[in-house]
Amino acid sequence: MSTAVTERALPAETRQRRSSNAGDTAVEVTSHVLLILWSVIVIVPFLWVLLSSFKTTREILGSPFSLPAHWKFDNYVNAWTDAGIGRFFFNTVIVVGASLFLVMLLGAMCAYVLARFEFPGRRLIYNSMLAGLTFPIFLVIVPLFFVLKNIGLINTLPGLILTYVAFALPFTVFFLHAFFRSLPQDVYEAATIDGASEWRAFFSIMLPMAGPGMASVAIFNFLGLWNQFLLPVALNTNQDNYVLTQGMASFASQAGYSVDFGALFAAVVMTVLPVLVVYLIFQRRLSGSVARGTFR
Amino acid sequence: MAVFLGLPLVIFLLFVVWPVLQALYYSMTDWSGFSASMNFTGLDNYRKLAQDDIFLHAVRNNIELAIVVPLVTIVAALAIAIVVTVGGPSNGTIRGIRGAGAYRVVSFFPYAVPAIVIGLIWAQVYDPAAGLLNGVLTKSGLSGFKDFAWLGEVKTAMPASMFVMIWASIGFYTVLFVAAIKGIPAEIYESARLDGAGRFRTSWSITVPLIRDNVQTAYIYIGILALDAFVYMQAMNSGGGPNNTTLTMSQYLLTTAFKKGQFGYATAMGVTLAVITLAFAVLVFLINYLTGGRDERRVRR
Repeated sequence: MSTAVTERALPAETRQRRSSNAGDTAVEVTSHVLLILWSVIVIVPFLWVLLSSFKTTREILGSPFSLPAHWKFDNYVNAWTDAGIGRFFFNTVIVVGASLFLVMLLGAMCAYVLARFEFPGRRLIYNSMLAGLTFPIFLVIVPLFFVLKNIGLINTLPGLILTYVAFALPFTVFFLHAFFRSLPQDVYEAATIDGASEWRAFFSIMLPMAGPGMASVAIFNFLGLWNQFLLPVALNTNQDNYVLTQGMASFASQAGYSVDFGALFAAVVMTVLPVLVVYLIFQRRLSGSVARGTFR
Repeated sequence: MAVFLGLPLVIFLLFVVWPVLQALYYSMTDWSGFSASMNFTGLDNYRKLAQDDIFLHAVRNNIELAIVVPLVTIVAALAIAIVVTVGGPSNGTIRGIRGAGAYRVVSFFPYAVPAIVIGLIWAQVYDPAAGLLNGVLTKSGLSGFKDFAWLGEVKTAMPASMFVMIWASIGFYTVLFVAAIKGIPAEIYESARLDGAGRFRTSWSITVPLIRDNVQTAYIYIGILALDAFVYMQAMNSGGGPNNTTLTMSQYLLTTAFKKGQFGYATAMGVTLAVITLAFAVLVFLINYLTGGRDERRVRR
């Protein structure tokens, strides 16, 4: 690690050296121009949505650049109550919260057993999990619909939660497996010699030791589940149980007729804002997780 | 211990493995879902698929997506990653340009936004009359773009949709590549510099070969995303676009299953999609292997 390339430069040193090399300056200026241009292309659509969310539908259709005549939160109120974004938001919190908790718990247990114990069929289970990681959900969407229908969980939040757990499980097991394997065996042995049961050894010793791995996987699962769209669209068609992504899509297609663009933009802002806050708080950790997750 | 493994396994078997097995069987029936009658029809569904013009069009669209989207995303992400890690001044420590962290934070952000919301935002940006894009273009004197329907014209619907997927993916893969490049020992860059290698030469002969495996992984990930593409297309053109130019297999599958009730036929599409995805991954591995991935981890001379 000590020899790795450093990203940050020392400002004073840079300033002094820059004047010495015309080629460097040219490359640096070009890079900055292109990167700034790209940043603008990334940021401006979000800012435009924010601006439009305060405009009336009339103003939005009038000109894309005009400022709202009155800075009011009417659109937000309309989106939250009339369009049901508030309700979808709470559904999403329940579904994502419950499935995240379950998948982390079950995934950790499964990965732990697969990583620490030898038994017949271990490789088969691990490999089928690995295969589950690559199957497109579209392959199973139709049978899945009828599985849920037959056990009476179609169009219900518990049904959606169980499905989320099942489809986040392979990823969770795959990455936690690597973490549990890297934990030292002797700590576990010491615990069992001291008389800890299997359950206790797992929950009070092995699980806390896998903490950093759990955190990375949890962040990815959170984003993946929060953004999930296909599963709810196919398996959760009762409007009262809509999750946020699904509600947004249906709201947008309704807006095509009743044309409440102002509320649509407000709904987009309300969906993006929580993610933006979480992102700005965790962005270091998230970037680190991407790196760790892929290169371990 | 049995509980530890058993509980997750039951969920996995019931909601993933069992539906996969069922899918293989249903794809060979004429099942309509709600009626009890179901006839085994062998490979009839697959034969029908091979002659279904709409489905073949969707397959072509998906293949186009799986070629263009990963290629552009990876080239752009690699360029950014190289610039922010090793593109800095050619003397002193090996480092990136100034402000590297800020660029990374900005370009990674779309990854955190739900894909459906990204699609909806861009559908508004592309809006013919009130959209941001046409507003900017007409303001800057290109009045020909007044009321131009980016997502409604056969020529532009696909490229415009591709751009959105690329826009959404670049940041994530930049971070991936940045991490990979940071794992390369700085001495390699220092000796290349002493040998007189310039930036482009260093990037092409040292950086790219050394992170080859990561590029391969990224290509497969984005390719799978492009073979699906459901969310983005559903947000921008839920009907499949002008003359089905942006219709994807996934969209056609869902319509066939849940709107037309042809569940057997739709499942056959699902199986086809899975086979194409698998073939794509194998192809990427093969190309990487044949073009010299064998001697990965060795710096090319």
